[in-house]
Amino acid sequence: MLSAKHKTGLVFFPAFDWAISPTHPEREERLLYTQDQVFEEGLLDIEGIIEYKANVVNIKDVQRVHFCAPDEKTVMTESHFISAGGAKTIADAVMNKNIEKGFALVRPPGHHAMRIVHGGRGFCNVNNEAIMIEYLRSAYNVDRVAIIDTDCHHGDGTQDIYWHDPDTMFISLHQDGRTLYPGSGFPEELGGPMAAGSTLNVPLPPYTSEEGFLYVIRELVLPILDEFKPDIIINSAGQDNHFTDPLTNMHFSAQGYADLTSLLKPDIAVLEGGYSIEGALPYVNVGIILAMAGVDYSNVKEPGYDHSQLRQSTQITQVIEKTCDTVMSNWNARELIRMRMKGNKKFDKRRRSVMYDTDGFYEHQNETIRICSDCSGVLKIDSTSDIGQHILAVHVPRKACRACREQGFEWYDSASERNYDMIILQNRVDDTYQIRKKP
Amino acid sequence: MIIGLDVGGTHTDIVLVGESGLERKIKVPTDTSALFQTVLTGIEKITANIPSEKIKHAVLSTTLTTNAIVRDKLSPAAMIVSGGPGIDPEAFRTNEHYFTVSGSIDHSGKEIKPIDENQIEEIARRLKSEGIRHVGVVGKFSARNPDHELEIEKILAPYFDKIFLGHRISGHLNFPRRIATTFLNASVYPIHKEFFEAVKSTLKQKGISIPIYILKADGGTMHFDASIDFPGQSVLSGPSASVMGSVAFAPEDKETIVMDIGGTTTDMAVLINQVPLLSPLGIEIGKYKTLIRALNSYSIGMGGDSVVRIEGDSLKIGPDRIGPAMAYGGPVPTPTDALFVLDKTDDVNGDKNKSINGLTPIAEKLGITVEEAAFEIFDLACQDILTHARKMIERINSKPVYTIKEVLTGYQLKPRHIMVLGGPASYFAEHMEQISEFTVQRVPQWSVANAIGAALSRTTCEVTLFADTQKGVAMAPGESFSKPVKSNFTKKDAMELGYDLLRQKALQTGADIDDLDLDVLEDLEFNMVRGFRLTGKNIRVKLQVKPGLIHNYKMITDKIAAM
Ligand SMILES: [Zn+2]
Ligand SMILES: [Zn+2]
Repeated sequence: MLSAKHKTGLVFFPAFDWAISPTHPEREERLLYTQDQVFEEGLLDIEGIIEYKANVVNIKDVQRVHFCAPDEKTVMTESHFISAGGAKTIADAVMNKNIEKGFALVRPPGHHAMRIVHGGRGFCNVNNEAIMIEYLRSAYNVDRVAIIDTDCHHGDGTQDIYWHDPDTMFISLHQDGRTLYPGSGFPEELGGPMAAGSTLNVPLPPYTSEEGFLYVIRELVLPILDEFKPDIIINSAGQDNHFTDPLTNMHFSAQGYADLTSLLKPDIAVLEGGYSIEGALPYVNVGIILAMAGVDYSNVKEPGYDHSQLRQSTQITQVIEKTCDTVMSNWNARELIRMRMKGNKKFDKRRRSVMYDTDGFYEHQNETIRICSDCSGVLKIDSTSDIGQHILAVHVPRKACRACREQGFEWYDSASERNYDMIILQNRVDDTYQIRKKP
Repeated sequence: MIIGLDVGGTHTDIVLVGESGLERKIKVPTDTSALFQTVLTGIEKITANIPSEKIKHAVLSTTLTTNAIVRDKLSPAAMIVSGGPGIDPEAFRTNEHYFTVSGSIDHSGKEIKPIDENQIEEIARRLKSEGIRHVGVVGKFSARNPDHELEIEKILAPYFDKIFLGHRISGHLNFPRRIATTFLNASVYPIHKEFFEAVKSTLKQKGISIPIYILKADGGTMHFDASIDFPGQSVLSGPSASVMGSVAFAPEDKETIVMDIGGTTTDMAVLINQVPLLSPLGIEIGKYKTLIRALNSYSIGMGGDSVVRIEGDSLKIGPDRIGPAMAYGGPVPTPTDALFVLDKTDDVNGDKNKSINGLTPIAEKLGITVEEAAFEIFDLACQDILTHARKMIERINSKPVYTIKEVLTGYQLKPRHIMVLGGPASYFAEHMEQISEFTVQRVPQWSVANAIGAALSRTTCEVTLFADTQKGVAMAPGESFSKPVKSNFTKKDAMELGYDLLRQKALQTGADIDDLDLDVLEDLEFNMVRGFRLTGKNIRVKLQVKPGLIHNYKMITDKIAAM
């Protein structure tokens, strides 16, 4: 009889009655064949693999992470509440030691959802991993978290949420942003002045295959995690690096994903993208589940898989090696970089525009962070969307010092309701969320 | 009139039910070494002086196949398994003669790698030379495309007496369970066949010619002739017999927990408005996880003969049983002894003094009187059973669901009613009602409720149909059915087709035309999109004849309830 070396939990929520639109890649059918494969392989009968029913997150769970305009119920569908809830369910089971590891096989995905949410971008509305992590922090006092994003697209939403958080290590491996949505995720994107180096980006050339991915994990990710010493490792387990994925150009495989999982040893994996619903997902998911559980996966192979056909060129290998060197030296120089970014400034500001491709509009942000030597710094974002909402979002971080807390309250109190549709204070010290609205 | 017969571990219950309710009931001792004789004696006795034309049919619930599996006395059979990529099928090895062969089919039913005819031929010759006569064949995803199993069957046919194919056994996707289930069918086939043919021919010799049905683990029946192809269905019918015997007396508009409090275990099941809840996949028996349809039942190591002991400084009951109660000369104190001490028994065969002696050391250790100790044991037994009942409900309610609709409208069981059967049932019923949120009722005629359940159960079966309009096909491999369909084929068409197949199957396996209470287990329809274009529909339908009682049962059970 098969049994799991590591007791592994699974939340499977395929949302068989939800789609962005009938022919959208993010549609009802997406996890159908994965379910067929998981059921037929009998994975849920393996001793030590336990299936959990997805719970639903509540508004408060969302408000620890996001500023939703005009509100959560408007930007989220029921499916988003359940998808994030699936991740939360797994997190609870891991923390209560009912399982050693867990995989939330849920849809819709979330890693393109940023801190401020006016709508959907990159098939994502809210960030499942971030909602889960902030829940872990408030319910179980988890502190240091590492997120390794292995989706083919840059995890720009997760990056945005943790840009200023030195306690969250975010490493994204993805197809080079010059060749793929969302067009970001370059090595020079390192995080804000108090957190530089806790965001790391590893763009990979198109046609990167098993060798390349595993090289990055072994030579870059694992040594950095060793140094960072996270309390918990999260894998944003997108599956669109597969050689059959219709939206991307990579040469990864089911075996490769399983190998990556056994190298990385994530405590929790959360499904992100992956749109080769027949040729890849059924096999990749079986591979990941077996790898997490510590069951032999060496015979898991998708039809059409031929290792020799998928080898990467030496040129690609060289590019990857060079990128890893750059990223590694940025990591090593993080203190210096932080100092340089802080300079003698009292505040650091940035302006940017965010595209909501799924819903089709832009958002314009003016961000201000207080440069602080005692905490990660209080943050305010003045955000306007093309579809009308103008909000002021104030984020007091979890470990905010007294001065930053007071600055946050001052920003919140002094803003005029005449200028904004909403003024919001997200206070992570007291775990509260306050809103003032136009009268 | 109908005969219901339920073989138990120590005795066999036989009833005759008819227009005047429970016409006759008898018990005969079970001779496990000669079950055939036990059954025959039972039928002869219950039909004494009654002409066989007055008897519509007999339903047998036997422990024959169950015992063979649990005691590992299976007839030698072989398994031929083709897996292809994925978990190595060696992990699912069921027995010595187990062969993994080449050939692979993917989740869509597409052939990835053909079978190797020479390899099969060679295995067949070898098995034949070793004297193997029964074989099971299972391919991964054969429930989506049975071609490989059929091809292998063709090659094997000249060499074997009986071949069981995985796709005929179940439409569920679960390769390891399909292997185990097919193996069990092949391995119990000879004893099942021998037993029933002996029963039939002996009855015929004696001039008793009545149709014979078997009871299945799902609480439904199946004509004996049909059961030859699915002998595994007769496994673990015992617990379902008791549940079915309670159905008629359960509230029509409520959820009810049925508890059979026995000597070693208490078995529990759930009725929703008189319909028993089915287990999601199938029974687990011995080391086998199967796809054999079964009631969702839950067994705990707590019964009248469970061992009572002190652990630390508190009482503990079960889960083990060492022997009968001390009142009957057993070695250790039990809840039954507590009932004797409390005078909560009407059994005159036991010795209350022996029970008192047995409970005395426990009472001393707890520093209370023997009567007080007896009450604590009795109370704890009731509490334990209730705790497990609540856990069972929680477990059922936490079953994962896969649609938003199910999450939001998620049906949650909240039973407030319990029905009990078994020896100490009436005393337990009263106390459990006092200490819990449940109303508790005793099943009328509980001592033969199992046999009544067997007699009154209707024929059940299940059909799985799927359609892929991109490929232009609708298939029900379990029914050897396949038909081309056009692109405008809908879920509604699939349901109609499925209902037709289900009705046919039910009638073929012995259903009465008035008992076809049909029900949808699953109905899913997906748009198939390839390259951003809608290319077809993927439709999946699972239908069943619900477990329940035959159409005119009320006339009988009203009289039983009034007895
Ligand atoms: Zn992606
Ligand atoms: Zn500060």
